[in-house]
Amino acid sequence: MCLAIPGKIKSIESMYNGTVQMAKVLFGGITKEASLEMVPDAKVGDYVLVHVGVAISKVNEDEAQKIFGYLREAGELDELIG
Amino acid sequence: MKYLSEYRSPELVDYFLKEIKRTVTKPWVIMEVCGGQTHSLVKNGLLTMLPEQVRMVHGPGCPVCVTPLNLIDKAVFLAEEKKVILCSFGDMIRVPGSKKSLLDAKANGADIRILYSPLEAVKIASENPDKEVVFFAVGFETTAPANALSVIHAKRQGLKNYSILTSHVLVPPAMEAIVNDDENIVRGFLAAGHVCTIMGLSEYYPIVEKYKMPMVVTGFEPVDLLQGISMLVSQLEKGEFKLENQYSRVVEEEGNPAARKVINDVFESSDREWRGIGTIPGSGFELREDFSEYDANKKFQVNIAKAEENKDCIAGQVLRGQKKPHECSQFGKRCTPSNPLGAPMVSSEGACAAYYHYSNVGQNELLNA
Ligand code: SF4
Repeated sequence: MCLAIPGKIKSIESMYNGTVQMAKVLFGGITKEASLEMVPDAKVGDYVLVHVGVAISKVNEDEAQKIFGYLREAGELDELIG
Repeated sequence: MKYLSEYRSPELVDYFLKEIKRTVTKPWVIMEVCGGQTHSLVKNGLLTMLPEQVRMVHGPGCPVCVTPLNLIDKAVFLAEEKKVILCSFGDMIRVPGSKKSLLDAKANGADIRILYSPLEAVKIASENPDKEVVFFAVGFETTAPANALSVIHAKRQGLKNYSILTSHVLVPPAMEAIVNDDENIVRGFLAAGHVCTIMGLSEYYPIVEKYKMPMVVTGFEPVDLLQGISMLVSQLEKGEFKLENQYSRVVEEEGNPAARKVINDVFESSDREWRGIGTIPGSGFELREDFSEYDANKKFQVNIAKAEENKDCIAGQVLRGQKKPHECSQFGKRCTPSNPLGAPMVSSEGACAAYYHYSNVGQNELLNA
């Protein structure tokens, strides 16, 4: 029920006289609409976490990379994030 | 990076499993509060991979499961008797009320629509000005901004035919209810990542301090869950109790301020009944007085008697982590997902249903876990 998945913003359009920003968000091969009212500074190309049609957070790239530090020494990194 | 498949990497799963095995010396009971995490742990077979000393128990974090029977009866009543267009998330549709589910009502001709987002319900209201539209607004803090936004959108458009039937539950009061219970066995929590994405961490520090209970805010993918468990085991073994954030790629200290504002504008906290547990003080959201015209309860004045739960169901103990689903005498016998006797069997995120669905995946190990 609290499922929220990350997707990439493909395009943004204004609705209701500019009061609501709606985005088309790409999840793998599927595009869905999401309201950007909760992440007002999100731009095209950003990854956002979407839950029931509302983007609730941007994905922080630096933080996301951290976990791969564990594998860096093992030399298994390249194929994972390639 | 797609921020998804990477967190299913077998190499990282292996890395954190080894970490856990290397660190653990004593038995610990850890609870994941969120049903999405329960589902992921069971479905990915992670419970069968953990060392024996790490016993995962499953919390009450499935909003579909803990929605009282009485509210399902109300939703059915609104659809059948008041002829509203009743809109709901798909998860809620099959859950039986005391007499029937929304799906049964739909089969009998009631106008019930399964939606992905509450914002779609507002659109349906604007397209059907001569009909009343009610959204069945269940959820945790994660879903509260979307449900609140639907009300704000309806108000902005001046719609008079939209309302919500709220069944909103909150995580921190439930955690306190679990640790305050005399029979509590939980020694550490994986806190629900998406709830914290919205609310931030501030509500959790007092619980960590007061109950000396280590906590790690954790994501949903296998690597997230194992890293969260590894961080928690490390704290437990050292005798520490801190709040740590495994899910920092989306959870910030202060949560999402815009989302918190929308919630605060529309909702206020209230006592709430949790199916299988009972009433927990301050554990729910209701619409504020300013928005009472969007409150389906007030708009339609539905009075439906409280329904009795099945006496053989031990949901209260399962939802507090004191018993595992298969320790219930009814599990898989009289109680199955197609005929659930109690809360944790009604949705695949409930502990009983998760165990039932994936019980063929290494059943013995799972049951011993
Ligand atoms: S198996 Fe069924 S009856 Fe037993 S606790 Fe779970 S929901 Fe209740």
